[in-house]
Amino acid sequence: MKWDWNAVGDFMPAFWHGLLVTLQVLALGSLVSFTLGLVWTLLVRTPLRWVRWPVGVVTEFVRNTPLLVQLFFLFYVLPEWGLTFSALATGVFAVGLHYSTYTMQVYRAGIEAVPAGQWEAATALNLPRRRTWTAVILPQAIRRVVPALGNYVIAMLKDTPILMLITVPEMLQRARLFSQQHFQFTEPITVIGVAFVLISYLASLLLRALERRLVR
Amino acid sequence: MSVETHPQPSLSDAQPGELIRLANITKRFGANTVLDDLSFTVAPGKHVTLIGPSGSGKTTILRLLMTLTRPDEGTITVDGDQLFPAPEKQIREVRKKIGMVFQQFNLFPNMSVLRNITEAPVQVLGMSGDEAEERARELLDLVGLADKCDAKPTRLSGGQQQRVAIARALAMRPRVLLLDEVTSALDPELVAGVLDLLRDIARSTDITMLCVTHEMGFARDISDQVLMFDGGRVIESGSPEKIFTDPEQDRTREFLSAVL
Repeated sequence: MKWDWNAVGDFMPAFWHGLLVTLQVLALGSLVSFTLGLVWTLLVRTPLRWVRWPVGVVTEFVRNTPLLVQLFFLFYVLPEWGLTFSALATGVFAVGLHYSTYTMQVYRAGIEAVPAGQWEAATALNLPRRRTWTAVILPQAIRRVVPALGNYVIAMLKDTPILMLITVPEMLQRARLFSQQHFQFTEPITVIGVAFVLISYLASLLLRALERRLVR
Repeated sequence: MSVETHPQPSLSDAQPGELIRLANITKRFGANTVLDDLSFTVAPGKHVTLIGPSGSGKTTILRLLMTLTRPDEGTITVDGDQLFPAPEKQIREVRKKIGMVFQQFNLFPNMSVLRNITEAPVQVLGMSGDEAEERARELLDLVGLADKCDAKPTRLSGGQQQRVAIARALAMRPRVLLLDEVTSALDPELVAGVLDLLRDIARSTDITMLCVTHEMGFARDISDQVLMFDGGRVIESGSPEKIFTDPEQDRTREFLSAVL
C-alpha cells in the first residue's frame, strides 16, 4: 500500500462539497434537536395528562430504537403515505429528532438543578407561570447544560455518515464514490477521518469558550 | 377583587382591625404534624414576631401565607379575602398583598440587581419600564445600594444581597411583609446592617410584618406582639416586654434562657 498525494488532490473538490453537506446536517440537526428537546421537556412537565403521556411514550420509543431504523422509516416508509422529502431534509430531521430525545434529558437535569428558592421567589413576586419559565428558570437551566448539549453535537457529528445510506452526499458518501471510481481507498478515507477529528476538536474549543463566557 | 364570584362570602369574615386571620390551621408532613389546629389574627400595621425552637412551625406559617405550601385543614384570610381555600385566580389576586424575604435571599442570578427589582412590578403590576426603574432606584437608595444597579447579585456580599431582596419585595408595595430568618445566612458582621434597615422600614412605613427570627434584641425592638411557638401551637403570646421579661409559661422561659 502506498500513499498517493495526487489522489488526495483529485479527491479535494468532492471533499469540500461533502464537508459542506456534513456541516449543514450538523448545524441544522443541532438546531432541530435543541429546539425539539426543549419542547419535549416542557410538554412532559405540563399538568395535562393527555399531553404528557403521549409525548413521554413517543420520545421513549425514539430514544430506544436505532437511528438507522428511524432513518429508513422516514426515507422509505413515509413516501408510501404520500409524504416525500429530500434526502437531506429527511436526514436532518431524523438526526435532529433522535438527538432531541437526548437533549430533552439534558434540559430536564438543568431545570431540576435550579434551586427551589428560585421558584419560591417567583411565587412570592406573583410572577405568572410562563414568565417564571422564560425569565427565571430556563435562562439558568440552559446556562448550566451548555457543556452537555455540546457533547451531543460532537456525538451527532460522528453519526452523520449514516446519512450516506439514504444517498445524502456527505463526506463518507463522497469518499466512497471517489474510491469506487478511482480504486483508491486509503487517501479519501484518511482525509475524511482527519476532517472529523479537526471538526470535533474545533467544536470542543468553541464549546469551552462558550462555557467560559456563560459560567460566570 | 370580585368577591361575588367566590362561593363563600369571604368578606363577611372580615373583622375591623384584622388584616390576617388563620383559623384552625393544621399542616402535616407525612406522620409529622407541624401545625396543630392553630388560629391567630394580625391587625393591620402591626409587627409580629414568631419565636420558638426549630421545628416548631414558625417558618411553615410564613410559607402558608406566601402559598408556597398549602394547609391540610383550616382557612387563611387576608384583608377580608380568602387565600385558602380559594380558586387559583383568587389566590393570585390575594397574594399580591403579600411579600416575602427569604433566608437564602433567592435573588435571580441571571438578572442585574435593577432588573431583579423591576421584573415583577412590570410583569405583575403592569408598571411601565421607566416608572419601575425609577422606583427601583429609589428603593436601592433606601437600602444603601444605589451604586449597585447594574451589578449581578452574585457579585454582592450576603448582606448586600439581602438588602436587594428587601428592596425587591418592597417594590411590589405589599401590605404584609414576611421575613423568614433573614439574617441567619449572613456573616455576623453583616447582620446589624440588615436589621437596622428593617427597623427603619418598620418605623417609617405602615407595612404589617410577620417575622421569624433568632435575633431576640431585634424582635424586642420592632415587635408589637410576640408569639411563642412550641410543637405546632402558639403556647404564649403578648407584648415583647411581657414575653421577654415575665413569661407565663415555663417552656417560654426555658427557651429564652437558652437563646438569650
